[in-house]
Amino acid sequence: MEFVTHLLAVYGSLLNFIGIQSLLALSLYITLSAGQLSLGNAAFAGIGGYVSGVLSLHYGLSYILALIAGSASAGVVALVIGLPVLRLRGVFLAMATLAFGEVVRIAAVNLTITGGAQGLVGIPNRTKGWMIYLVLAVVCYVVARLRGSRVGWSFATIREDETAAATLGIHTTYYKTLAFVMGAVIAGLAGGMYAHLTFIISPGEFGFSAAVQLLIYNIVGGTRTWPGPILGTVLLIILPEVLRGIGVAAGALRMAVNGLVLLLVILFLPNGLASLFQGGSRQTPKVAPLPREEA
Amino acid sequence: MLLEVKHVTMRFGGVRALDGISLGVEVGTVHGLIGPNGAGKTTLINILSGVAAPSSGEVRFLDQMIQGLPPHRIAALGMARTFQNIRLFPTMTCLENVIAGQHLVAERPLLPRFLCLPVAARKEKEYRDQAMECLERVGIADQASFLARNLSYGDRRRLEIARALASSPRMLLLDEPVAGMRQRGLRQIGDLVRSLAEEGMTVLLIEHNMGFVMDLCSRITVLSFGRTITTGTPAEVGEHPEVIEAYLGGQENHA
Repeated sequence: MEFVTHLLAVYGSLLNFIGIQSLLALSLYITLSAGQLSLGNAAFAGIGGYVSGVLSLHYGLSYILALIAGSASAGVVALVIGLPVLRLRGVFLAMATLAFGEVVRIAAVNLTITGGAQGLVGIPNRTKGWMIYLVLAVVCYVVARLRGSRVGWSFATIREDETAAATLGIHTTYYKTLAFVMGAVIAGLAGGMYAHLTFIISPGEFGFSAAVQLLIYNIVGGTRTWPGPILGTVLLIILPEVLRGIGVAAGALRMAVNGLVLLLVILFLPNGLASLFQGGSRQTPKVAPLPREEA
Repeated sequence: MLLEVKHVTMRFGGVRALDGISLGVEVGTVHGLIGPNGAGKTTLINILSGVAAPSSGEVRFLDQMIQGLPPHRIAALGMARTFQNIRLFPTMTCLENVIAGQHLVAERPLLPRFLCLPVAARKEKEYRDQAMECLERVGIADQASFLARNLSYGDRRRLEIARALASSPRMLLLDEPVAGMRQRGLRQIGDLVRSLAEEGMTVLLIEHNMGFVMDLCSRITVLSFGRTITTGTPAEVGEHPEVIEAYLGGQENHA
């Protein structure tokens, strides 16, 4: 028991950070599971963080209501962006969300209510570690059960081949938008919890590199099953700490280590770290059957 | 008439891929669509399934105008298709491909799944059994757990048919279903199409294998360079002078 208390005292903030980042990685995972590449999930976290932070700091709204408002705002913004863009196919969502992320960052820097470049300071500290992991558990459960539902099958089908999906009766624009908005809602929630954890949030935390980081978590962990993004997040956050423990300066090497891990995974585990735990059931291609005799 | 195509024209820039095509398909028949390469057969199937919108003209399915509707709306009316350049879901297994095809008939709602209600598992088993039946019908049930990308060419075509059948469509558009198959495959797909028609399904069949088409179809429409040459019974079509010309080339006229 003493050991656990000690562990939490030393690594509590790290565990909280892992929880929040896992939520964000999962938010992107949902969008990716429908074959859509979003670079806006960090910005959605920013919207969730700023909206909920401003509401509880300046307007005295309760924690839960502020979180809901932040999360819902991110969802509404995603709907507004997604509806026109997701009628198109291909890279347009990535391009639009890339631009959108910058818009959010620049807006946060220039608005007065967000505290400008200094950031929003003095957000009440309401988020506890167990809340993060409770939310993470619920989101994991929802994502896991989504697979195999009508929605989950539609996402998977669109990811594989959008034209074929449409001819099977799947309303592709609807499901693509759904995946994008669901991701934004979860990112907004994670952003709100983060804001109420750290006392201060600043625009730089939700910029381009944060968005790419989420993508790296997903690629390293694997985007075929829900534990993948969490695995990637845990590894890439813990690795620098471990390196620091054995005497390698983590700060300078962090991106280099990330890059190296990413490279190794892409080369040797194209389906991510999660494929190591799959027992080869789905990830490794099955041996092709012998050609059937058709004489 | 289940399906009526009236004066459909499709332009790609200056090229008229289809130039005023008209044809009608009766309920429960196997209707052939033949013509030399580039005649516009696949373009027509794309229009019928909503993958492409015609430049002008009218398509009626079940007495509803469907030209220009998005593919999912047309599919919901009971139109299913296969693709000439096979479009399976490569990293899904055969069974999963068919399950993906059940979108229009299987509910799979979220709430019972979240609550792990037994009704969800029971329905799921029913759906899976239905999917297996589709695989059995096309003769690849023994490969249900193989990834689609690992199937042989002929079996991929079978899987596409199984996936199309998963939604119990009224009408099936088959784009070269036996291309690359040998005698036994031809026979099996022929028997399958015949039995589907006996159950009341309407089939529009594109195929280059003349014996296969003549044997299976009650009516055949011949296209050439985007125009309808003729529609008739296999015997009528086989003797039509313009059809013979389109396929074998006309007599050369030296001045």
